[in-house]
Amino acid sequence: MSALKVENVSKIFPAINKSHAVQALQDISLEVKTNEFVSILGHSGCGKTTLLNLIAGFEKPTSGRIECAGKEVKEPGAERAMVFQDYALFPWLTVRDNIAFGLNIKGIDSAIINQKVDHFANLVGLGAFVESYPHQLSGGMRQRVSIARAFAVDPTVLLMDEPFAALDAQNRAMMQKEMIRILAEESKTVVLVTHSIEESINLSDVIIIMTRRPGRVKEVIRVPEPRRMVEDTPSYLEVRRKIRDLISDEHDLSDVS
Amino acid sequence: MFNHFFQLRRLILFLVLLAGWEFASRFILDKTEATLLPPPSGVVNGFIELSASGELWKHVRDSLRREFIAFCYASVAIPLGIIMGCFKWVNEQVDPIIEILRPIPPIAWIPLSILWFGVGNTQNQFIIFLGIFFPILLNTIDAVKNIEPNLIRAARCLGARGLNVITRVVLRAALPQIVTGIRIGLGVGWMALVAAELVGANSGLGFLINDARTVLRTDFILDGMLSIGIIGLTIDRVIRYSAKKLMPWSRALNA
Repeated sequence: MSALKVENVSKIFPAINKSHAVQALQDISLEVKTNEFVSILGHSGCGKTTLLNLIAGFEKPTSGRIECAGKEVKEPGAERAMVFQDYALFPWLTVRDNIAFGLNIKGIDSAIINQKVDHFANLVGLGAFVESYPHQLSGGMRQRVSIARAFAVDPTVLLMDEPFAALDAQNRAMMQKEMIRILAEESKTVVLVTHSIEESINLSDVIIIMTRRPGRVKEVIRVPEPRRMVEDTPSYLEVRRKIRDLISDEHDLSDVS
Repeated sequence: MFNHFFQLRRLILFLVLLAGWEFASRFILDKTEATLLPPPSGVVNGFIELSASGELWKHVRDSLRREFIAFCYASVAIPLGIIMGCFKWVNEQVDPIIEILRPIPPIAWIPLSILWFGVGNTQNQFIIFLGIFFPILLNTIDAVKNIEPNLIRAARCLGARGLNVITRVVLRAALPQIVTGIRIGLGVGWMALVAAELVGANSGLGFLINDARTVLRTDFILDGMLSIGIIGLTIDRVIRYSAKKLMPWSRALNA
């Protein structure tokens, strides 16, 4: 069953003042199956974040249709929780209350909320920090809170917008490993936007490569051994070379135009 | 120990000036001039006299009560500011009115307010209200406009809608700057209060210093002025301290 369906979606940002209208996305179609991890990979400015914002319901497509679990997307909702690059944690809430935010809105019994918060805090390895405030945590830990907060509302599709881009290299590698571990414990449908080829290979079942603006789907690649890819093995290198070629193609095109 | 010593060292100039003033009033100025500038010891004696008779406390209480009541009315600026920050069309309609009214100093309203309300509490509170209202309003609007847009998005994609977004995110995220507005407002209000009491009251610290002038009690004038300063400072410090205690995260938010 498909958790998410994007059908012929285009997005044009209208001209404001002296700037021209910009076609960010052109005729994008894709499908994400339940418990599948899909990465959207492309150069900056290719419209990948715009696509994610459309899926989240923050913006509306100019044409086309987005469906989540069979229902058309019209506004943001907890079935499409997002993990942001800048974490977007509520600084006035403790880790516990941040994770509980969506559950409180649903009006769930507080005993169940506490139980769930403990579960997801432990899942992301922050069981000992639930009473801390976000500003007391490191970048990697904040992103763990953000992941736990999104998992807690049990979204049909978890959206991740360059979630590890603000972290240093070591933390980024560690968070990718953590993400693999978390998904092994708690399966989830995920759409990840990234510009890192390695990140997309490490985490995904499917990688969608986008063209430069206007963003279109250039190629869909299936990762041979999802989340078990070992770096520098022949199959890893082969996938990476393939993606690199596709991406650098794009580079040349834009230089000419 | 060293820290305490360091703190004391900062008072050296202050104490030297104080001693110079005491010396000048006692030994350099003649008697008439000394009436106009009593020595610090005379000011302290005046303070003891004023507080022992209970008169000072009565005026302090009246001034603080006016400030407090005016603040209660002026806090309407918080919901108004949030609405103006959230809804563009409200802002469009209300903003021109505020832009015209805002540059008029509260003191300029004193003549009109005396005609409207007569001399007394209502007139004083109206002037203080004007002083408190605008800083709170402008800071609230600004705070709402400057909320990190991803915080609103995060709330919405966790299922929050409408009023929930405003109460759970907008209000909290804007709170540190709203408190700054309250601090500034109470400061401006406190200054306006004294001006209003100078002309249109029969109690309060502003009245006290003006009344002392008519009977040439310069020491009382200085006591009143010092009280105004110390109370203004205390109000500001109390708000700052409680804001820090209640919003330990706010520094991180402003960074």
